[in-house]
Amino acid sequence: MKQDVPPPYTAVARHAVFPTPRHDEAARYNFLTAFNKYLAGTIGIGNKIAYDSRVLPAFREEHGRDPADRFEIRDAMNEDPWHRYWSALKRNSMEMRQQNGRSITLRQIDELSAKVRQFNEGRDTLQLDPGLPAPHYMDAADIHCMPGNYQGEERPGDMSAGANYDSGLFATTGGGLGALSDGGGQALVEWIRRERPGWTPRRILDLGCTVGHNIVPLALAFPDAEVIAIDTAAAVLRYAHARAQALGATNITFIQMNAEDMSRFPDGHFDWVQTTMFLHELSGKALPQVIRESARVLAPGGLMFHLEQPQYSDDMPLYEQFIRDWDAFNNNEPFWSAMHALDLKKVMEEAGFPPDSQFTARVLAVVDRTIFPQAAEGAQEDHGRAAAWNAYGAWKPEA
Amino acid sequence: MTEESIDWIARAGRRAKGKRPDTLHDYNAERTLSILLAVAAEVSVLKERLDTVERLLDAKGTISRADIEAYQPTGEAAYERAVTAKEYVARIMRGMQQEMEAMQAAPERPMAEISAELRDS
Repeated sequence: MKQDVPPPYTAVARHAVFPTPRHDEAARYNFLTAFNKYLAGTIGIGNKIAYDSRVLPAFREEHGRDPADRFEIRDAMNEDPWHRYWSALKRNSMEMRQQNGRSITLRQIDELSAKVRQFNEGRDTLQLDPGLPAPHYMDAADIHCMPGNYQGEERPGDMSAGANYDSGLFATTGGGLGALSDGGGQALVEWIRRERPGWTPRRILDLGCTVGHNIVPLALAFPDAEVIAIDTAAAVLRYAHARAQALGATNITFIQMNAEDMSRFPDGHFDWVQTTMFLHELSGKALPQVIRESARVLAPGGLMFHLEQPQYSDDMPLYEQFIRDWDAFNNNEPFWSAMHALDLKKVMEEAGFPPDSQFTARVLAVVDRTIFPQAAEGAQEDHGRAAAWNAYGAWKPEA
Repeated sequence: MTEESIDWIARAGRRAKGKRPDTLHDYNAERTLSILLAVAAEVSVLKERLDTVERLLDAKGTISRADIEAYQPTGEAAYERAVTAKEYVARIMRGMQQEMEAMQAAPERPMAEISAELRDS
């Protein structure tokens, strides 16, 4: 029997500013990849078994009814010893990934900084704003247990947060995002070519770009387009700019900016406004404001496209909502739960996209399938990290 | 090796901001599990390093540390190593996996009860 196993960490493409792993550091990521795959794919179903066989019956016995929402399921499951231990294992795995990535990155910080500086110095395609404060939702907790969060700096001018992020994506997703962890961006290219063959956006805007892994493929696919990628964190932007330059995506300008206030851009400036796994890292007030600003800067006839894990709807079983919520409470994703319960279509409608201008699509990571795996979905899915997304989009009506 | 300008060992293990979930409701068990998993990872790392040494020796007869660092398994070698890691994880996770099976099993009586019954039947 051919075993279902992930590719080795050494299959990661090493672009010019990628943190070089030693043999044992790569092996450490290989262990974590195998471990994560086991927790999600092999025994993840144990959570459902615990729920069906004893947690739900006990809940019914005590309350005389079924759980009313995912939070009641969470409270009940958090008393189950098997689920508790599974959570403890998974939380440790996330923490170990961070320590390994930071170890790789920080031991070579001087060398990496020098390389990044070579790509960044004197370029007007990197525009930082030291006066921009970190939004409150970026300061509340270190997202996915990433010490220092996206904006953390080990010293002034640091880029190691970006390097660490890039270093670990492969391990966390079991290679599901491909050699450059850009399977999401590649999927955008494939989707638009199928959906609108021949369409050439003049200006593209990527919000919350982190290390730019999702926007570089679009910039390369549309080399004549002017691409702007924004983020509030200078530490990831420094790395993102160098990474994009190293990969030949010289038509992207990285700007330190908060997507809630994009007053620097005139109305109707962009043909495409994109977010990829970004909306769930905002807040209840920031999200609709970002959508409103996105609508404002989008040209009539332009495309707004958001890739996220699936929203919770009334059709989604409460148990599935609960297990999809795991990261919210156990991996420092404090807006995850509330965001996924939002009616995004309504938010987009309130921002000026009538229902008939909106659509949803299923988008799978596009990677070299001879080496990299297709993301597991359903019972074996690694919820929150699967390289398969729901797209929530709209074509802005012509004025 | 050049001297890095920051204490990378100390900084690598920095804590993430945000209250850690008290999953096991047992302080000592939480700390011990973190140690155990880190050691489990290091055993896996050692196994992989030994595998690299063996494969390089098979191929070349003699090797250097640089050979080990530069080694990039592809094809069958990459597959075999991933299967080894998968099997290793399955072995250390036996307790969780068997507890999962126990949840699916029909209710079971204590062995002493069965033992007494078998004595007389």
